[in-house]
Amino acid sequence: MAIFLNENSKVIVQGMTGSEGMKHTRRMLKAGTEIVGGVNPRKAGTKVDVDGVSLPVFASVAEAMAETGANTSVVFVPPAFCRDAVIEAIDAEIELAIVITEGIPVHDSVKFWNYAEEKGNKTRIVGPNCPGIASPGKSNAGITPADITGAGPIGLVSKSGTLTYQLMYELRDLGFSTSVGIGGDPVIGTTHIDCLKAFEEDPETKAIVMIGEIGGDAEERAAEYIKNHVTKPVVGYIAGFTAPEGKTMGHAGAIISGSAGTAESKKEALEAAGVKVGKTPSETARLMREVIENL
Amino acid sequence: MDLYEYQGRALFARHNVPVLDGGVATTTQEAVELAERLGDRVVVKAQVKVGGRGKAGGVKLADNVDEVTTHANNILGMDIKGHTVEKVMLTVTADIDQEYYFSYLLDRANRTFLCIASTAGGMEIEEVAHTDPDKVVKLPIDAGVGVNADIANDIVTRAGFPEDLRTQLVDVFVKLWDAFVSEDATLVEVNPLVRTPEGKVLALDAKVTLDENADFRHPENAEFEDKSAVDPLEQRAKDSGLNYVKLDGSVGIIGNGAGLVMSTLDVVSYAGESHGGVKPANFLDIGGGASAAVMANGLEVVLSDPQVKSVFVNIFGGITACDEVANGILGALQTLADRGEDVTKPLVARIDGNNAEAGRQILAEANHPLITVVETMDAAADKAAELANKGA
Repeated sequence: MAIFLNENSKVIVQGMTGSEGMKHTRRMLKAGTEIVGGVNPRKAGTKVDVDGVSLPVFASVAEAMAETGANTSVVFVPPAFCRDAVIEAIDAEIELAIVITEGIPVHDSVKFWNYAEEKGNKTRIVGPNCPGIASPGKSNAGITPADITGAGPIGLVSKSGTLTYQLMYELRDLGFSTSVGIGGDPVIGTTHIDCLKAFEEDPETKAIVMIGEIGGDAEERAAEYIKNHVTKPVVGYIAGFTAPEGKTMGHAGAIISGSAGTAESKKEALEAAGVKVGKTPSETARLMREVIENL
Repeated sequence: MDLYEYQGRALFARHNVPVLDGGVATTTQEAVELAERLGDRVVVKAQVKVGGRGKAGGVKLADNVDEVTTHANNILGMDIKGHTVEKVMLTVTADIDQEYYFSYLLDRANRTFLCIASTAGGMEIEEVAHTDPDKVVKLPIDAGVGVNADIANDIVTRAGFPEDLRTQLVDVFVKLWDAFVSEDATLVEVNPLVRTPEGKVLALDAKVTLDENADFRHPENAEFEDKSAVDPLEQRAKDSGLNYVKLDGSVGIIGNGAGLVMSTLDVVSYAGESHGGVKPANFLDIGGGASAAVMANGLEVVLSDPQVKSVFVNIFGGITACDEVANGILGALQTLADRGEDVTKPLVARIDGNNAEAGRQILAEANHPLITVVETMDAAADKAAELANKGA
């Protein structure tokens, strides 16, 4: 099973011919992802050779879908053009658009999210500013390192990239069904709650690890959701207990303003929902290990 | 980026939002010259990015040039909650009949924009919302439509603004929306928006936050960046394209990925509890790649902070495997030595992930006198805290 992304996913890359797009297309292919083409209107009709695999370049997402049956797009388009690229994916009604691009103006994210809603949310948007989705052994769409972990019973949802990798690596002997990097921007498509819901419904996922960080109230809302809707065990980790107020900690969304968005309030909310919260990433991994042993 | 009031006022003026005539001064002399142009009676306001300046004596009314001199002298250089006043804004005065509150802002949770309006302005809107919730109206704004005259009219009605001001208010609300969208703001707040006894609507304050991700669309707004107020180390890091935040402690931190670095700050703070209470000196995310060149730039910034007594390099090797990271760390130290930098502070390296063993092997074989390799993040944080405490 796995969520959102599996062995049947056919992936196109928007912005494939750029340097980041090229680098990660190569990596995704190596990880076994079924990549069926790229999109770049200026290079439409050409083919790109990636380590012996010839990938067609299409003028639009719609054309790529019609020609290849693609159902997933990974977006590496630079910030200035990213909004239009995502809107194009929404117009084509592709099932899943994973927006890796970092540094998108928040007005643009609000615009494309709003547009997706108007169009009836036919396209699931993940990101922006995220590492993407990895379903080990099945498919890898984004920039998550493919060889740090294997397939297994843990589902992971996280705002942060490297922190995700750290936990996946620490728990590599147990393995993961799917990890979803939802991104650290103030406005994102798929949320913690969307992932929790999907993991709850996924028979392959036996336990869930949720990684959050300071800023906003997404973790508090996720805690409320867990309390009422999640029966599988959830282990949590929150980064940013010692972050000062008013300073943005790397991610555009990671900022404490007044009493809102503190790590402490997130931890309290999660614990009140029965989630075990680790103090450090290693302790979190330990807690998950205990959970799996006691299943 | 939060703007100063005078910058917000300039931005309002650019979008034809009615503001009072005025200007900004960095010296008493400039303030006097400005006051002479504006006329006798002016308000002198401290320009700081923190609330409570009125209570701190940072806002004064001046009836003549002598008073402008006195107030400018007092306010310039004043400390308001740790912020030194470098500039004062002067405006002509306005008689106030009524004060209102108005703002547009990003609503993260609902992934849309929000308008907050109240006929009870002048004080903290949170306080009004608490004591008199019916007086505060919150309306989601459809990002696809924005605020046109119809929607502005709706805001006037719902918030219960006076009918005789309707035309003016609709015009102001549409213009403020224009400012909010076309400048890529995440907050545009007017408190107070006032009605004068003559029935004119004016924005008497301007609080604006701009989205730095949108800087590429607004080269003209680069002038708002206040380099004098930015920590020099933060500026230097920014110039090298590094994501650095200066903190108060003595353990220098370098890591890859915002979440992992935030987590590193936490783990070091916990470890510091058993080592004399040492704390992290900074946040520094060198990004996913962690190449030798970027590592060298990062180390250089961290080491030039005199408060730093030890450095904790915490890297997860994913796409860039740990053997490359290890070579990056050694390369960075070599680069710094070649640049003539005096590198003497102890460095604790924890590298984990792909090819971790090979990476640790490389560092072990290099046998660099300053580098201690520790396998886990928690133990490495403990070692870095211990070294910082010894070095203090």
